[in-house]
Amino acid sequence: MNIVPPPMGLLAELTHRCPLQCPYCSNPLELEAAAAELTTAEWCSVLDQAAAIGVLQVHFSGGEPMARRDLPELVRHAADRGLYSNLITSGVLVNARRLDELQAAGLDHVQLSFQDTETASAERIGGMKGAQALKLEAARLIGESDMALTVNFVVHRQNLARVPDMVKLAEQLGAARVEIANTQYYGWGLLNRDALLPTRGQSDLANEQVEAARLQYKGRMVIDYVTADYHAALPKACMGGWARRFVNISPIGRVLPCHAAEILPGMTYPSIREHSLAEIWGHDPAFLKFRGTDWMPEPCRSCDRREIDWGGCRCQALLLTGDAANTDPACVLSPHHGVMQDVVAQAGTGSEGFRYRRPGGQRMMPGAPSGPGAQVDELVE
Amino acid sequence: MPSFPRGVRLRHDEARNQWVVLAPERAFVPDEIALEILRLVDGEATLAGIIDTLAARYAAPREEIAADVLGMVDDLAGKGALRG
Repeated sequence: MNIVPPPMGLLAELTHRCPLQCPYCSNPLELEAAAAELTTAEWCSVLDQAAAIGVLQVHFSGGEPMARRDLPELVRHAADRGLYSNLITSGVLVNARRLDELQAAGLDHVQLSFQDTETASAERIGGMKGAQALKLEAARLIGESDMALTVNFVVHRQNLARVPDMVKLAEQLGAARVEIANTQYYGWGLLNRDALLPTRGQSDLANEQVEAARLQYKGRMVIDYVTADYHAALPKACMGGWARRFVNISPIGRVLPCHAAEILPGMTYPSIREHSLAEIWGHDPAFLKFRGTDWMPEPCRSCDRREIDWGGCRCQALLLTGDAANTDPACVLSPHHGVMQDVVAQAGTGSEGFRYRRPGGQRMMPGAPSGPGAQVDELVE
Repeated sequence: MPSFPRGVRLRHDEARNQWVVLAPERAFVPDEIALEILRLVDGEATLAGIIDTLAARYAAPREEIAADVLGMVDDLAGKGALRG
C-alpha cells in the first residue's frame, strides 16, 4: 500500500467577504455568508492538525482575510506550531496598527495584490474607488516592517500591456518577489472570459517582456510568471497534482484538493467539522479520486509527462470537455485541444464589460471607459 | 556576508525528516552541501569564514570548497533564498 505524503501547504480561505469585486476572483460563484464561517477555535484546531500531519506553510487567504478580526490570533497560533505564514491580501484594510499586530504575531510574508499600475484601470477592475492609494500605502508599511513582500498582479487583456510597469512598480515598492499570473478561467474568470482573455499576440509579447525583465532583475527580485493555459501547449501541474501538495479549506470548513474543486459535479467534499484532516487527506474518496496516475485516461496514462503535469487541471477538463476525468485541453495531445484554440482565435473581440464578483453579481456592467479622464464613478458602487 | 532575506528561514521538517528552506510561497530542499553551508549562515559569519570552516571540517583544499560555496550562494541568491 502506498503511503500518502503529507501536504506541504494549507490554503486557509478564512472568509469570502471582500471590499473588492475583481471579475476573475477565484472564489466560487456562490459565496459563503459570514455567519457560516469557521470560528477562531475551529481554525486553531485546523492549524494544529495541519502542523501535526506535516504542513509547512499556511496561506491565509479569502476573500479578504483581513476582514477577520481574529487574524493576528490565527497567525500567532500558526507561528507557535512552527508553520510559515503567508497573508494573501488586497491591502485595502491594512493600517500601521493592524500590520504591527500581524508582525508581532509572527507573520512571515505578505502577498499584496494590485489590479493594475494605472489607478483608473486598477480601480475599475477591482470595483473599488480609492483602492490604489490604500494599496500603495499598505506596500509602504509592509516595506518598513520585517516581513517579506511579494507584489501580485493578475493579468488579462485589459492590463497585460503593463507587464514592464508592473515589474518596475514592484521594485519601487521594495518587493523581493513579483508574481504576475494570468487569469484562471473558472468560476468568475470564466464568466468574464470574453472581457479578459488576451490575444495570442498580447500573450507572446508579455512572455518576451517577462524574459527580458528576468535577466534585468536577476539576483535583485524574483519574477514568477504564470502563463495563460489557453496560450500554452502543455498543461500546468495544477496545484502540483490533485491532493498531492496542497489542501484547501473553505470559509465554512469544506476540505478541498483545490479552491475551485466544488464546481466538479458528483463530488462531495468532507467538512473539517466532521472529520480530521489526517483522515481526509489519507482516505477521503474525493482526495483519492484524481490523486496520482491510476485515474488517467490516454493520452496521459502512457505519457512521459504524467508525473510532471499530473494531467493538468480537472476543473478545466470539466469546463471545456464536459468530463473532469479527461486530459486537460490545454495539452496539445488532448483530443479537445481545438476547443481552446477556437476560444483563443476569438480573443480580444468581445466587450470589455465585467460581471463583478459580488453576491448575486451576474449583472453585466458597462465596458471600459475610453481615453484619459473617463469617469470611473459610474462603474463603481 | 551571506544572510537569509526577510521571509526566508531554514527549519527541520520532522514529518519528512529533512531540512527545508521556507521562502515566500515556495520551499527548497537543500542538498547535503547546500545544507552544510546554510547551517553556517547566521548573519555574522562571512563568506570567507564559512569557506574556512568547511575546508577545515572536510580537510579539503580551500579552492575546491570555495568554488562549491560560491556556486551554491549564487544559485540560492538567484532563487531569492539567500542574500549574498
